[in-house]
Amino acid sequence: MTAYNEERLGELLRMLPPAPAGWVTAAQELPFARIQLDALVERAEADAAFRASVVDDLELALRAAGVEPKPAIVDHLRKRLAR
Amino acid sequence: MAESVAATPTDAELVAGCRKGDPEAWNALVERFARYVSAIATQAFRLPAPDAEDVFQDVFARVYERLDTLRSDEAIRPWIGQLTRNCCLDLLRSSNRVVLVAEPDEQLADEVIARLDEALDVRDGLASLGPECRDILDRFFCRDESYRTISGELQIPAGTIASRISRCLGQLRSELEGRNHPTSSSSE
Repeated sequence: MTAYNEERLGELLRMLPPAPAGWVTAAQELPFARIQLDALVERAEADAAFRASVVDDLELALRAAGVEPKPAIVDHLRKRLAR
Repeated sequence: MAESVAATPTDAELVAGCRKGDPEAWNALVERFARYVSAIATQAFRLPAPDAEDVFQDVFARVYERLDTLRSDEAIRPWIGQLTRNCCLDLLRSSNRVVLVAEPDEQLADEVIARLDEALDVRDGLASLGPECRDILDRFFCRDESYRTISGELQIPAGTIASRISRCLGQLRSELEGRNHPTSSSSE
């Protein structure tokens, strides 16, 4: 049987701090937009002019791809394009 | 924004909801395992934040895409743990990594993951406590808030916080030890 005292419980509770809120929101929203995002990034990687237009206005590019440009999704796209 | 740790659907119920395409179930599932996935990436594999975030998003994307391959809905937790472990190792071993680090110490990582599993058990125990205890323990231990901050946020005298924490830890301990000494058949 596992024995717990206050110190041990405290140590274990401290091991699981909250994940950054932005990560959580993105993970909640991204799966629904992933196919469109993957297509957008793939096209941007193959077409420099398209990439420039996407980088210039991420929200517009997302809307054109049929994705609601929620902050977490815009941020995710920005990071992927920056790699 | 505080996460809810209140008594909510079981893991299996959440998975069932996700399979039906219920976005609320998906949101709750991400929230339930967010700390675990994040902690494996940052504590067991010591990934820097940008890499940990990549792993985090990759894990939940894979969970979403592969949920139908999960044989038992109750097995979601070890499955997510294994997916996270594999994603971390894949990232550390990827050939295009700019910063080359030493070969990951899988044995050490697994030891940390085992402790994180135990930490998740303890966290699950929080769900059985009242909202006041859940909140104060989460704020003090998980969010590292000071007595002063907690006092201000919860509108309780700072001088009573230590005793409240001690009382709540006692409740949590009883809850966890009750689980270790089941009086009826366990659900596990």
